[in-house]
Amino acid sequence: MIAWRSGRWRELARYPSAIAGVAIILVLVGVALAAPLAVPYGEALERWRGGERWQYHPVNAAPVWVDRLRGGRAPTTRVIASRDVEAEVHPFPGGRRLTLPLTFDYAFDDFPSELNLFLTAEGHARPPFVRLLWQTPDGREIPLGGHRLGERERISISQDRALAQRLGGLAPHIGLFAAEKAEGEAGAPSLQTGRYGLVLEAVLFDAEAPLEAELVVYGRVHGIAGTDHQRRALSLALLWGTPVALAFGLIAAVGTTLTTLVIAAVGVWYRGWVDAVIQRLTEVNMILPVLPILVMVGTLYSTSIWLMLGVVVLLGIFSAGIKTYRAMLLPIREAPYIEAARAYGASNLRIVMRYMLPRILPVLVPSFVTLIPTFVFLEASLAVLGLGDPELPTWGKVLNDAQSQSALYNGYVYWVVSPALLLMLTGLGFAMLGFALDRVFNPRLRSL
Amino acid sequence: MTAEAPLMEAPLVEARGLHTWFELRQWGFLRVGAVRAVDDVSFTLARGEAVAFVGESGCGKSSLVRTLLGLHRPTAGEVRCEGRDLASLGGAELKAWRARVGYVQQDPFGALPPFLDVRRILAEPLKVHGVGDRAERERRIRAALEEVRLTPVEEFLGKFPHMLSGGQQQRVVIARALILEPALVIADEPVSMLDASVRVEILELLRGIQRQRGLTLAFVTHDLATVRHYAERILVLYAGKVVESAPVEALLDAPEHPYTRALLGVLSDPDAANATRQREVPPGEPPSLITPPSGCRFHPRCARAIAGRCEVEAPPEIATAPARRVACWLFDEPAPPAP
Repeated sequence: MIAWRSGRWRELARYPSAIAGVAIILVLVGVALAAPLAVPYGEALERWRGGERWQYHPVNAAPVWVDRLRGGRAPTTRVIASRDVEAEVHPFPGGRRLTLPLTFDYAFDDFPSELNLFLTAEGHARPPFVRLLWQTPDGREIPLGGHRLGERERISISQDRALAQRLGGLAPHIGLFAAEKAEGEAGAPSLQTGRYGLVLEAVLFDAEAPLEAELVVYGRVHGIAGTDHQRRALSLALLWGTPVALAFGLIAAVGTTLTTLVIAAVGVWYRGWVDAVIQRLTEVNMILPVLPILVMVGTLYSTSIWLMLGVVVLLGIFSAGIKTYRAMLLPIREAPYIEAARAYGASNLRIVMRYMLPRILPVLVPSFVTLIPTFVFLEASLAVLGLGDPELPTWGKVLNDAQSQSALYNGYVYWVVSPALLLMLTGLGFAMLGFALDRVFNPRLRSL
Repeated sequence: MTAEAPLMEAPLVEARGLHTWFELRQWGFLRVGAVRAVDDVSFTLARGEAVAFVGESGCGKSSLVRTLLGLHRPTAGEVRCEGRDLASLGGAELKAWRARVGYVQQDPFGALPPFLDVRRILAEPLKVHGVGDRAERERRIRAALEEVRLTPVEEFLGKFPHMLSGGQQQRVVIARALILEPALVIADEPVSMLDASVRVEILELLRGIQRQRGLTLAFVTHDLATVRHYAERILVLYAGKVVESAPVEALLDAPEHPYTRALLGVLSDPDAANATRQREVPPGEPPSLITPPSGCRFHPRCARAIAGRCEVEAPPEIATAPARRVACWLFDEPAPPAP
């Protein structure tokens, strides 16, 4: 067990699949370690819960790099804030008039996906009033109406039905960016690029109190992983899904392997009725369907990932592994060196731990490595079935959301592909390492 | 303690009416019979003597050895170790006794854990019994290797069993048996799986250490030819019973039991004068230990069986000379017939 250490590792390095597998696993482990550093656990849960913090993110935006790789220039989100522009101020008795020109260059290939204006007017005695004017690059001016402002106001320009009708039935975020059509011209609206502006003419009944405005021109692509239907960046779930998946897989694999191993060893060592009881329990447990039981627990009790983990390990205790380990331990038990150890007084525990278990490590290690992804998949399957942890962002949860939002039907391929790819990558990494380990540990499997 | 003095007087090991039967069960609980591997065996092993147990394969030699080692619980009878019943010893006492008994197995390669090197293999018994610190253990390991003449010691300490020859492996096994400085070494066919060329060396080594240390050596063999030089006393076993026990010279020169005579007859005899002599090769096979023959177990194969007696009643052990016993009805007379 000790002596082959360096030799075996060197041998392992001869298998390209082992190196590739180790590389994949190292990357995943690196990501898993980076996740809590980048976003602390509590914050990740908090952020994934959704809400206002995501309001500057577009809905269902694809990853930026996918579009750029295909040579596209799909719009990204732009935020034009009043604090970055010069405001014209005209004081009058009892207040002031404010003109805020929120201008920006628009040079993308596609219309934005949404247009919102966020206004903050705190500390005003009377609510201020604001009138909006849209300026297009070709010099047209389109009034967007007036609003009386509360302390925090969100003006969803995209949702303005009246405006849409004035724009010829086009959604405002398209109509406002479309080139003017000749009379009677049909067909899809064409995008106009250039300098746009939203001019805010505000009447404030206060000499001091500020007015902050943020115009958000939502893009159609976002970040490295895109966003979902709740504007949440998928990168958060993909990032945090890594430590969750690895921890679940590893803990479940360690838990089930160790317990089955110890139980198999106990059965083999004591034989008789102990072994008989263990074998019958295993046989009963082997025909128990794991997934339906987990679905039941999840439906009736709780879908906490730690409870699921506990149930998985619990069901794994008397699993088929016991049969395998028993078959391997039985001949070892009869080995003369075991008898010799008994003759010089070694305790049962010492014999099992020191003489029997090392012999089955060659089979144990590869099967343990290949076992990890099966538990990662199990967790993802549960999440896809809607039994994922309600709080944790995981790959399975992303898939579940994608499925419930008919992502593939709506063309949001990235939503399904990225978590699926990560799951496959995990499986691939561990499988490649596991198979290579199997060959190194079990020379009989080596190809001739 | 008042009991101490008589305990020291007691023989090192004494087997009294020892039975080791292995029950045969059907469906895990129905008893359908038993393999009577050891059936009413009594003997003593005195301090400092070398005793050979001789018999054919399947006569219960190995079961007897394992019972002596406490690896099998005797079905009946007892093994008394320095006057105390082995079965009555508690955990700590049993462990202490195990430190006093060395065990040399038949298959040296199987007897050594393949995943440990020689140093670790030899350290195991010391660790189990908490002997010494690291340096002390290392010293004893080196001393043990020197005693079994695996020198230079450095060359062997780091080796794994598969890197050693059969003879070297058996030396490591012997070193392991000796490392706790036992009073008794039990060897179960210690050379039967070795090349003929190293058998004598190993036997010489065992005998030398036994003499030098004054320990008791009990070894099992099916090879009567080698016994003469390596034991002082022989017990001949047949079908789970002791048929003859005698000092080695007396037994080899004048075997009494027909089975012993047959065994010796089977041996190649270098004396040309005896080449044409009629040998008493026993016909047939060793009997089944599940359904042994009635009466004397040897009677179906015995050329000199007394009809109406041998197949009816098992013969008692009859003392024919001092320190000499034979279980045969032929000697149940005031004047035994000349062999």
